[in-house]
This record gives sequence, structure tokens and C-alpha cells, in this order.
Amino acid sequence: MRINPRFTNKFVQIGLNFQAFFTVSILVIIVAIICFKGLPYVNFEFIFAYPEDMGRLGGIFPSIAGTILLALLSILFATPLGVGTAIFLTEYTKESLFTKIIRFGVESLAGIPSILYGLFGFIFFVIKLRMGWSLLAGVLTITIMILPTIIRTSEEAIKAVPRNLRMVSYSLSATKWETVTKVVLPSAIPGILTGIMLSVGRAVGETAAVIFTMGSSLRLPTSLMDSGRTMAVHFYILAREGISMEKAYGTALVLVVSILLINVLAYYIMNKAISKYS
Amino acid sequence: MIKNPVRKEQFVKWVLVAFALSSLLFLFLIFMFILFEGLPLFHKVGLKNIIMGSKWAPTKGFFGIYPMIVSSFFVTFGALFIGAPMGLSCAIYLSEYSGKRMKMFLKPALELLAGIPSVVYGFLGVIYIVPLIRNYIGGSGFSLLATSIILGIMILPTIISISFDSLVSVPKTYREGSFAMGATKWQTIYKVVLPAARSGILASFILGMGRAIGETMAVIMIAGNALRIPTSILDPLRTLTGNIALELAYATGDHRLGLFSTGVVLLIIIMILNYIANFGIKRKM
Amino acid sequence: MVRKFGIIAVALATLIISCSGKPADRTKKDKHTITIAGSTSVMPFTEKLAEHFMIDNRKFVIDVQGGGSTAGIQACLNNTVNIGMSSRELKEEEKMLNTIIICYDGITIVVHPKNPLKAMTLQQVSRIFSGEITNWNQLGWINREIDAVTREEGSGTRSSFEELVMKEREIDDGIMVQDSNGSVKEVIATDPYAIGYISLGLVDQRVKPLTINGVIPSIRSIKTGRYKIVRPFLYVTNGELDEDGRKFVNFVLSKDGQNILKKEGLVGFYD
Repeated sequence: MRINPRFTNKFVQIGLNFQAFFTVSILVIIVAIICFKGLPYVNFEFIFAYPEDMGRLGGIFPSIAGTILLALLSILFATPLGVGTAIFLTEYTKESLFTKIIRFGVESLAGIPSILYGLFGFIFFVIKLRMGWSLLAGVLTITIMILPTIIRTSEEAIKAVPRNLRMVSYSLSATKWETVTKVVLPSAIPGILTGIMLSVGRAVGETAAVIFTMGSSLRLPTSLMDSGRTMAVHFYILAREGISMEKAYGTALVLVVSILLINVLAYYIMNKAISKYS
Repeated sequence: MIKNPVRKEQFVKWVLVAFALSSLLFLFLIFMFILFEGLPLFHKVGLKNIIMGSKWAPTKGFFGIYPMIVSSFFVTFGALFIGAPMGLSCAIYLSEYSGKRMKMFLKPALELLAGIPSVVYGFLGVIYIVPLIRNYIGGSGFSLLATSIILGIMILPTIISISFDSLVSVPKTYREGSFAMGATKWQTIYKVVLPAARSGILASFILGMGRAIGETMAVIMIAGNALRIPTSILDPLRTLTGNIALELAYATGDHRLGLFSTGVVLLIIIMILNYIANFGIKRKM
Repeated sequence: MVRKFGIIAVALATLIISCSGKPADRTKKDKHTITIAGSTSVMPFTEKLAEHFMIDNRKFVIDVQGGGSTAGIQACLNNTVNIGMSSRELKEEEKMLNTIIICYDGITIVVHPKNPLKAMTLQQVSRIFSGEITNWNQLGWINREIDAVTREEGSGTRSSFEELVMKEREIDDGIMVQDSNGSVKEVIATDPYAIGYISLGLVDQRVKPLTINGVIPSIRSIKTGRYKIVRPFLYVTNGELDEDGRKFVNFVLSKDGQNILKKEGLVGFYD
């Protein structure tokens, strides 16, 4: 029996519409569940108070601070390295075996799952370099983990800067480095920022690599050698140990909302950058 | 600071080369330390007893991770079974059917799915999917099925964004040619666009597999972590990643080396998958 | 812009160099830090003790980490922590460490509150975990598979359970594994057909403790020696403790400290 192709066409179109709707609704449902369940427990005190009784009571301030410290410090390390690599790959060299090898390295780093970063950070930073479970060990591990994202996005942002801008700069007898810092980078900053924001999102949401390097001590880290707990780790422990479902949902809400905001901001910056050049 | 512009230029260049080499250095360190810790046990216990051994009792001298290798592939294919059709149809919808404004809204929204931390997926899996399976299908709920569903959702963003890119990069003229011969939109997609984008779509599936096989926290929360190879989709199982995360904090001596051996096997599997996705499949872009 | 990054990077590098080296010595100057790591079974109680201790001793910072009994003992041997926590007896090769028994804990066999079974024999429990009994109807309940949950390799609770309950039997590979007392309890509390074992101190109305060989697990039955599945909670130290550590241990062994443990369902030294 031959089915009318027009019928199939309509049928498929409806099916695909439904599928897209279904997938988006998964996102909406996840966010809605977290919001409805978490909102009653999130208030000023929850965010700014210290936890009591292993997190059963009180707030989550140390874990928020721990998250911010981890993300910011990782970005501080990864940005110069990543942007520098991107500048080198785009401005300072032609495609060659060398760049191919570096690209291979970056691609491979990007594909390594976070548990292996955790395993590596644990043996290298925590044990071999005797850092112990510490903020520093966490920061260095996360730095390596987010590096590929920053390199890739920066590279694309730098490539998108129009050729003629560079030509103008060179014709004014600027050196390569002057051209890069004064002309190329300023135009590429929105794209680079997008990469940074996406990396922050990744650092904030990471658990496996953090729990084995930064530890899970529930207090405010006051030095780089202190152990600490990020929101994601705190949420994991609250939920998994069944310490307090209310606090777990509250933490999840703060965690998910901050990641969504970071990501939305990243896309907003990216869209602005795209509309600027096209 | 260096005053001479030529020397400064040289200096900058070498600094940048050093930066670029840092990624390679990190990759090298990661490989070296995981292999360095993991390989001695292969020598001591024997490759066959680890890769093909079916008993994991590291404190008693058994380091077999065969069931975990098999289980890791089970959940990966399970995730692909659920995520691939969903992801591909979303990508087709986005590239072929949706309007420009819809695309502007949908694409970032779908990519936000990637931003939600894996612990949150795991938690929602435990709270909603596990009891659902326990009450309506059977078993304890901590199962291959639950894990596949959650991982299937988690790999959606990877599959959607990469197959979308490869669909979009199919030249417009292909489609126009097909329409000109009187084909319907679906016939055009099915017979012309999909075959042309085949390699990119395949790459998206393989990268999705890489993501699924490397996922950890969500998996240990919902997989049940039993050591036996599952015989039905309702049985609990333990993946390679789960094995590392469950026991790493506790392990000392040979037990820890055993976990690093697990890491070595995982690393090799991941590298093979990434190699296939990035280089083995020539993407037409 | 780039120069700014450079300056920040250099500043950070200096910060790190100044912080690394001998972190323990540095922090000890301005505050009293005690690092404790080990058994996740002992950890929640130590955290609670530390919270109370730090209220009265504001200059003290007590850093409590998990890691498991074996890791805690190892960390103590390498001097990376002041005090290690263990929920099992020391093995022969670990005997050079000093041990301080802080209290006793009963391992309770727990099921979901909906489960009508109230008692089992030790042998039945061990046969469930060895995979010989797999269905609840073998124990006189409905025809439904048993969802047994155990702890992972290396856990002190697991090795005590193996020693006190399983004896010569082995835990079956098909049994689910969770990596802490709390996560075992979560599974039992949500799955009506589950069975597992956790610290007596963590039992609450969400799970139901089973009577084993006719004895109800309680502080009383542990004290009188009638309940047999009991293990000590230990603090281990490498050589003599320093003054700070001794102060904390003295607090734990004091009436106040023991009362906190008693409130948590553990068996201390006072009444």
C-alpha cells in the first residue's frame, strides 16, 4: 500500500512539532519543579546565614561563597591561558602540524569526563603536590577543565573580527601585539566573555571534579589551603544523605537559577556580538 | 617592561607559545598520572584478570571490572536509544521547520538543558523516575531503565546542537533541486538533507555516547550500583565512573590503584570515541 | 586589558606561593585548627560535637572531612590529619596508632515502615545479603523481590557488618550499593521492599529497625550486651595528641560531649 506523500509530510511535521515541544517542556518542567519546591525555603536568611546541624537548619552562605571563590579564581587562571592560546592559534601562526597538535590537545581535554579530572586532581594536586583537600586544588582542577571552552569560544570570537580592521591597524605601522591588544581583542571581547560565562556556569554546576579536590568541609574557606563546599556539592550531600529535603530544594533553586542566569547572560552577550558584525 | 618593539614582539610570541603548550602539558599530566597510578596494577594482577575478571572485591584482591565495562556500554546505548531519536527530530525541526523567531527562542532554551548540573538530574531521577518505575513497572526502580532515561535527557543538548549544525550546513541548492522535482518537504529531508548531513549526525551520536559514558554523579544516584551485569532493564548496575566515585574517597593501597585502573579503561574508551567523532568521521562543513 | 590580566595573574601566583609550603604551620599561628577525617559513619556525630565545642571555644576551627575509616587511618599515619575517625577495629598492621573509644554504635537492620515483618534471625539477614533469600515470600510476606542495599568496599560499617552478621558468607554481587549511611537510609525510606543496615544513631520514624534474634536494638540492649551487632566508634591518633587536639577529645569524653552522643542514639559511658 502506498501512503500519500502529502499525508506523510503533514504527519511528520506534526510529529516534529510535538517532539520539539516535548523536549522544551522537559526543561520547563525541571525548572518549574525546582522553583515550586524550593521557593518556600529561599529567603534572606537562607542565603546569608551559616548552616547549623550539618545543614539541617540555617542557611547556605559558606557554600555560596565557596562556589563564587572557586568559579572566580578558576576564571582568573583559565582566562589568560585560554585567550593567550586562542590569540596564538589565530594571529601568530599559520595552520601547521604544530597547531593541529595543539587543537588535538584542546579537543581531547574537552572530551575528558569530569570524574577523570577529579581523579587526576586528587592524585596530582591533593596527594602528590600535598595540597590536601583545598580550594587551591579545586581551582587548579577546574581551571584545566574549563580551559578548552575558553580557548574555543575565544578563537571563534577572534576569527570573527573582520580582516580589514587588522589591515588598517598594520597600515598605521602598529606591531602585531599592538594590533591584537588595541584592535582585535576589544572587538572580540563579547565573544570571549560568552566563553567565560559558559565556563563559570560549568564550574558552578560541577560536582564530581570538585568533591575529590576541594573536599566537602562545610565552612567558609579563608585561605587557598582551606577545604570548602560548593553549592552543587552541598546540594548533593543534602539530597543524597537525606539530611533535609527542604534545604536541598532551596539549594537546588539557588544553584539552578544562578546557572540559568549566567547562561542567559552569556547568550545575550553573544547575540549582541553577532548582530554587531552581521 | 621591554622597550624595544621587535624584542617585545618576540617576547610576546614566546609567552603565547607557552600558553598554547599549556593545554598539551595538562593533557600530558592527566594521562601520565592516571596511567602512572593505574598501570602497575595491570602488571601485578594481569590485564586479563582486570578487563575480563567478573569479581570486584579490591580489599580481597579481586579487581575484575568486566561487569562495569559492560554496564557502562549498556547505559550508553540505552541513553542513545532514548536521546538520539528525540535529539535528531528536534534538530530537524529547528533547522527545517521552525521560523526564525522560534529558532531564536528554542535553540538557547535547549542549550540551557546542558547547563543544569548533573546532580540536579540525578536528584530528580531519584525523586520522580525511580518511584515511577518501581510502582508501575517493577524492580527497585534503581535500574538500567532509569539511568538510560536520565542520561538520554542529559545528552540531548550535545546531539541537538551538533546535528543541527550539520543539517544547517547542507547547501540550500540541494533542497531546491529536490523541491523542483516535486518532492514534498519530508521527502526532501529524508532522501536528500539527512544523507548529506549523515556524518555530522553520526558524530553527534558518538559525542553523546562520550558524554553518557563519562557521566558520574547522576549515575551513582540512580543506577543502584550493584556489581553484577544486569540481566534485564530493571536491574541495578554499576558503571566505570560510578565505581570510581563511590569508592575513591575510601580507597587506599591496591584498592586505590584498582580505581585508577578503572580510570585508565574509561580514559581509553573516551579517547577512542572522541577520536572517531572528531577525526574518524569526516564532517562535511 | 591584557596587562590587567597579567598583573592579576602575577598577584595570584604570589598569593599561592606564599600560601603553599607549610599551610598547617601558617594557620596555627592565628587560630587553633584541628583536622579530623575518616569514617562517614562517625563524621556526622563529630560535626555535631565540633559545632558545640566551637561555641565555647571561639578560637578553635575544627575541620571535619569524610573519606572512610581506612582513609582516615591512613591519613593519620601520614600525619595529614590530627585525628582519624574509624568505625571498625584496627587491623594488625594499624595497631601502632593510639585509639580512643568515643562511644559504641549498634548496626541496625532496617526496612520500610510499611513492611509488616518485625523480626528476623541473624541467619536470615545473612542469607538475604548472600543472595540465598531473594523474595519476601520466603520470609512470609508478599511475593516480591527483596531490594537489599549494602555499603561499598572500604566502608567501616560494611566490614563490621561482614564480620558480625555475614561471618563466612559473602555479600552477593547483585545487591545494590550506596556510599553512606544516609544514602542507604534514603533508599530504605522510599522503597517499601528494601532492606539495609545503618547506624542505630540514624534510625528515625522514616525507617523501621528489625528485632534480631529476639533482641530489639536500643541503647539499653547494647549496654546490657544483649544486642550483638555492635562496633566501637574510634578516634585514632599517631603518637601523643597536641594540646588543641587533647582539649577537643576531653570535651568529647566529658559528660557534655557524651550527652550529645547519647541524644543522637549512640551508647556513651555515662547514664
